[in-house]
Amino acid sequence: MRVIFGIDVASMVLGGLAAGMVLFIVSVGLSVTMGLMGFVNLAHGGFAMLGGYVIVLAMRNWGIGFLPALALGFVVIAGVSIAFERLLYSRLYRASELDQVLFTIGLVFMMISTVTLTIGPENQQLMLPSWLQGQLDLGILHYRTYSVFLIAVGTAIVIGLWLGFERTRMGAQIRAAVDNRRMAESLGINIDRLFMFTFAFGSGMAAIGGGLGAEFLGLNPQYPLIYLVYFLIVVSVGGLGRVTGVFFASILIGIFDFALKKYLPQGGTLFIFAMTILLLLWRPQGLFGGKAT
Amino acid sequence: MVRTLVLAGAFASAASLAQAQQEVRVGVILPYTGVGAELAQQIDRGMEQYLKLNPVKGYKVTFFKRDVKDPGGGNARNVIQELLTQDKVDVLAGWVYSPNAIASAPVVNAGKKLAVIMNAGTAHITQMSNYYVRTSFSMWHAGYAMGETAAKNLKAKTAVVGYADFPPGKDMLASFKRAFEASGGKVIDEIPMGGPAAVPDYTPFFQRAKDKKPDVFFVFVPAGDHSSAVVRTYGALGMRQAGIKLIGPGDVTQDNKLQAMGKAAIGLITMHHYHADLTNAENQRFIASWKKDYGAESTPDFMAVGGYDGMAAIAHAIEATKGKLDAEQALKSLRGWKFASPRGPILIDPDTRDIVMNEYLSEVVMKNERLYQNTIATVENVKDACKALKIPPCK
Repeated sequence: MRVIFGIDVASMVLGGLAAGMVLFIVSVGLSVTMGLMGFVNLAHGGFAMLGGYVIVLAMRNWGIGFLPALALGFVVIAGVSIAFERLLYSRLYRASELDQVLFTIGLVFMMISTVTLTIGPENQQLMLPSWLQGQLDLGILHYRTYSVFLIAVGTAIVIGLWLGFERTRMGAQIRAAVDNRRMAESLGINIDRLFMFTFAFGSGMAAIGGGLGAEFLGLNPQYPLIYLVYFLIVVSVGGLGRVTGVFFASILIGIFDFALKKYLPQGGTLFIFAMTILLLLWRPQGLFGGKAT
Repeated sequence: MVRTLVLAGAFASAASLAQAQQEVRVGVILPYTGVGAELAQQIDRGMEQYLKLNPVKGYKVTFFKRDVKDPGGGNARNVIQELLTQDKVDVLAGWVYSPNAIASAPVVNAGKKLAVIMNAGTAHITQMSNYYVRTSFSMWHAGYAMGETAAKNLKAKTAVVGYADFPPGKDMLASFKRAFEASGGKVIDEIPMGGPAAVPDYTPFFQRAKDKKPDVFFVFVPAGDHSSAVVRTYGALGMRQAGIKLIGPGDVTQDNKLQAMGKAAIGLITMHHYHADLTNAENQRFIASWKKDYGAESTPDFMAVGGYDGMAAIAHAIEATKGKLDAEQALKSLRGWKFASPRGPILIDPDTRDIVMNEYLSEVVMKNERLYQNTIATVENVKDACKALKIPPCK
């Protein structure tokens, strides 16, 4: 009985972790732009969707592998987002939050319509390579290979990001700019360029998340709106601009959501939203947020 | 603007056909745009194929095609009213979504015209208006037949049911459970698996089903993307190796999505009134003509056959009433009407105006690098059990 219980918990944790990793990879860029740049970018899921399309269509039409396609998705969407940032976003950095929200939500609708018009309303199927299909023997239990892969990739990304923020010159510049923008500028840090790279990096991460998550979340033009709520929950629970906060919030929500769906499927999404409300009432700055904004 | 002109041109050329023939005006409501556009296209092509293969001689059929893309009900009701009062149609047809057929019923009653339902499958709809005739299916057709067959043919003792949490899903759960338990089986768990709008991650639901170790896992989700996700999750969680058979109504193996599901679909067992691999002569003629007109890659599915048979019913009513389509006479001609459909022999039940047809138990197999549905058993002349057993809201 104890062994069965253990396996039960293990399969739940693995499933929740995998779902959480996808949330983390997509949301981390949103947390960066909202926290570091103070920009409410509701179109973030749109970049994830566009990235997913680049990845899926490149694999299907050009026959390139899954991992190169992910890299291509990152590069293409990072490039596209630089154009967006220079032409549109940068004009709204000092605008009110309402203006930013209206602008980015309008952008979402345009992205949805453009994809529907040019590619079509139907779901795009991601074809996983054969080495990611099927089951993996983990000793105590067999588990879905792709879930294990997601957990490994997510862990690698969070470690990389943490090192990047805490241990590199660029990370230090970003942290400095967030804490005191004027001071950072007078020390010679090029804030405009810094923000542009940060934004491009966040959008590129979203693109990878869109591709990695397509197996679970699907991929169709409505994607940015369907999952917007989840991305916002992760960012608000995790706290703005906190990479590790977003990571733990994603894991928490992934596992919680998985467990509730498995043991209380009648409740639907009720519990996850109720939990979010309670958490934010208790800590409005998020579980891991340092400062109340 | 361009699209409007093209449409207007199409109508103009249709209207300029021979004047001498008596005109019959058919009002059609389908979701021609939006998420349901693919479904509307299937039904529309089904109607077109019937008229092409079986021309209605001596009459000119004019279509008034109206786009109702949402399942909200209100829009459908307004459009039906316009078709009746402004376009003065002789017969109504279409309805992909059940809520629209339900909301249209009072207007259909007031309009007093024959109304042919070509998809909407909620069981009790045909009892909401005496002018409704259904050529598609009721959810109970496949669900009930599958419940009996799972216990008797597949020798299953326990089942877990996973369903999309909306009215047709609940119908499917009720029908399967009723038949399965009446045949000696036991439904040990019922799992609502999210709504019909977005495709959820099925992993937690399937994990739950796997832990219960049933003989069969009966799944009903909307045809299309939901079904593809179900098949992939089933494969990824290794449920087949765990000895759990995935079964369901034919929505899971919708013909035009089947090939994209890949090897994971092999071994799926479904119950439905149609699949494109049926071998009867009518179906072969239908498939050949379809592929000639819309391309070898295109495949008709059960929706197309709903449209095809609906058009056949309308054609029969036209001929029986000499084009007048007086509602009482038209309905009289259709009560007990028999037809050799691509899905096999069908009959309109004289009492309920709903369809009576065969249900086919099929298994997905791989043949020549192509997925193929192999019929393993046929349940003949299946009536809508919801009405036969008077299970509320059926009466």
